[in-house]
Amino acid sequence: MDWGQILNSAAGELLSPVTAAYALAAIGISVHFGYAGLLNFGQAGFMAIGAYAFVVPILSFDAPLWAGFLSAIVFSIIFALLLGVPTLRLRADYLAIVTIASAEIVRYTVSTTALTDVTGGAAGLSGFNSGFNAINPFPSGTYGFGPFTYTENQLWVRVFGWSLVILASVLVFLLMRSPWGRVVKGIREDEDAVRSLGKNVYAFKMQALILGGVLGSLAGIVYVLPRAVQPANYGTTLTFFIWTMLLLGGAATVFGPIVGAMIFATLLTLSDGILRGLISADIITFISGTQAGQIRFMIIGAVLMALVVFRPQGIFGNKKELSFNV
Amino acid sequence: MPLMYRRASPVVTTIAATVASMIMGIMLAVLMGLSPASAATSPSPEPSPSGDFTSTFTIGGLIRDGDTPIEGVEVQVEGDGFDEVGVTGEDGRWTVPVPGPGAYTATLLPDTLPEGIVPRDPENITRDVTLGTTNTVNVLFPTGEGTVVENNIADTILTRFIYGLNFGLLLALGAIGISLIYGTTKLNNFAHGEMVTFGAVIFFFFGTVIGLPLYVSIPIALALSAFTGYAQDAWLHKPLRRRGVGLVQAMIVTIGLSILARYVILFFLGGNIYTIDTGLTATIDIGPATITVASLVSMGVSILMLILVGLFLTRTRIGKATRAVSDNASLAAASGINVDRIIRIVWILAATLTGLSGILYGVFRQVNWSMGFQILLLLFAAVTLGGLGSAFGALVGALIIGVVTEVSTVWIPNDLRYAVALIILILVLLVRPQGVLGRKERVG
Repeated sequence: MDWGQILNSAAGELLSPVTAAYALAAIGISVHFGYAGLLNFGQAGFMAIGAYAFVVPILSFDAPLWAGFLSAIVFSIIFALLLGVPTLRLRADYLAIVTIASAEIVRYTVSTTALTDVTGGAAGLSGFNSGFNAINPFPSGTYGFGPFTYTENQLWVRVFGWSLVILASVLVFLLMRSPWGRVVKGIREDEDAVRSLGKNVYAFKMQALILGGVLGSLAGIVYVLPRAVQPANYGTTLTFFIWTMLLLGGAATVFGPIVGAMIFATLLTLSDGILRGLISADIITFISGTQAGQIRFMIIGAVLMALVVFRPQGIFGNKKELSFNV
Repeated sequence: MPLMYRRASPVVTTIAATVASMIMGIMLAVLMGLSPASAATSPSPEPSPSGDFTSTFTIGGLIRDGDTPIEGVEVQVEGDGFDEVGVTGEDGRWTVPVPGPGAYTATLLPDTLPEGIVPRDPENITRDVTLGTTNTVNVLFPTGEGTVVENNIADTILTRFIYGLNFGLLLALGAIGISLIYGTTKLNNFAHGEMVTFGAVIFFFFGTVIGLPLYVSIPIALALSAFTGYAQDAWLHKPLRRRGVGLVQAMIVTIGLSILARYVILFFLGGNIYTIDTGLTATIDIGPATITVASLVSMGVSILMLILVGLFLTRTRIGKATRAVSDNASLAAASGINVDRIIRIVWILAATLTGLSGILYGVFRQVNWSMGFQILLLLFAAVTLGGLGSAFGALVGALIIGVVTEVSTVWIPNDLRYAVALIILILVLLVRPQGVLGRKERVG
């Protein structure tokens, strides 16, 4: 059993672009749920919208990179509006069901064989990364040390992803200190009280939904930058994992989503490495490598249950800040 | 006022919570004879978000005619001096392991397709496949009944309609379960899909793997399903209610339970798709539509059960008490109804109905580890369509969803039919948020 390699690959997950994408998506849900009290169970849908709206213009229309980003943002705003109009006036569990259903509609749509020419069907899309790598400011070479050794393109995608995470965190931090943020948090605590102060609750909720959704779509872009787009990734499970990360770190906090995503990704890789190591060393003989992968997801489920019951505020959270009461 | 799970009282340990779900796994472990089916060669049904889990590179796919997998179809994979032919198995899946990343072409060999079935697009039977950052690539070759069989549109719609009724009726069983639980506890149970899977898997195991007759295997599956309902309430939700845990928290707990239970089932069942053998394969012609005896029996059983549930709710004391709790739990408690006992009964009843729905769904389609999760949203859609918490609304909603999903395939691609159901859900919420049969009340 090679502990060095197991620890190395787990440490590598700390700063991987996938972790950055998870963190961004978790910040998005933090805006929705942590600050505004909206139950968005469709973050995977926002990520899919971001990924496809970014990639399709580049592949189908030869659009420049900035147009891809713009289209991702525009489409996620439209998606948020579509979600919000029917549901934001209703009780919170309706938003939960509608968001989860919409995310599935998005996934079915991008993976249907009828749209294979545009979206690549179930096989997804690839070969769109050259434009992003072309604006890489780092000269070619090897950077970093130990588990954090990268080629120039790997470094570029990490710097880009984590810069977005930091920007998003700062933006959300500043917004939530602003008068706008106080109203939004007020809505979370008591919608009727805020309404009685003459605030347009519906508009504030919609703005929060859009903000978190745009962060989700940016997460979708970061998620696909170093890899291919695969529609099967954007299932409901992805949303639930991001919720687990958010609740792990703490919902209405600045560092919660980031630390939650880092812990989640690292532990996932670490437990996989350990289990597979034990299997290949013949210490565990009654399960296969595939099944070792499944055990980790059982652990995620159990951790999610335990977290919500015993420490709903997560690692950083303040119990008073977190309101599960909708 | 925050919506709380009913009856906040002293803290009770919820370690039992996790035990409740583990029991499902342990039971499965025993039942499956501890012989985990390895899914190593089948393409991963749901690639996981964090990417690389296997170190082999494969190209594969599923070849079906409508919903029927086609066996014995050959697909040739070439590239980089590599050349191998994959053949679809009983479940219609084919897989070709390839040496590593690179560019390949996959060609469907049309001659190997059965009589009467042709590629939907005969000009386009070659696919370029690039294996890059992903290990497994699925290639699709849509097939259809080509020009060989010509159906007139009315007949097709009628056939689909009958299938839709069957699907809707079995959905109704599961949806009424969700609706009863929601009605009495206001909890959206996301683990309901796994209860569907559980019923189907247990029935598959006893009926098909062990080969017990139907009149033994079905009661066993129903009894174990009922037990999961008991376990969920006794070891998970009742302690949570005692603790005064919020409704949203309880809902997220059921999401955790859903993930846990789903992967426990995958662990023991493996990632393959299985067919339940009921022995009822004869077909009957109803006008232009041909349906199997199994489907007819399934519809009959659903209708009978739905009538029984209806009689239970309207005629028996416990049924009336259930409706009283749904209406106003505090008032029901004040008038001497034991609310916790009613909730326990509701959980057991709901789990039994859902298990039955899983059995029928397994017969209607096939059995796999995520079958229930895949229709969970349809169940929610049915319940929401009919009106949250209304058992009869759930029936109407389920029938609408079932018929719409099946009939819509006449005009739209098969893989979009669930999307249609969900779009209808959203449209109904726009116009009539309380659902088709829901009471007019403010839901905002």
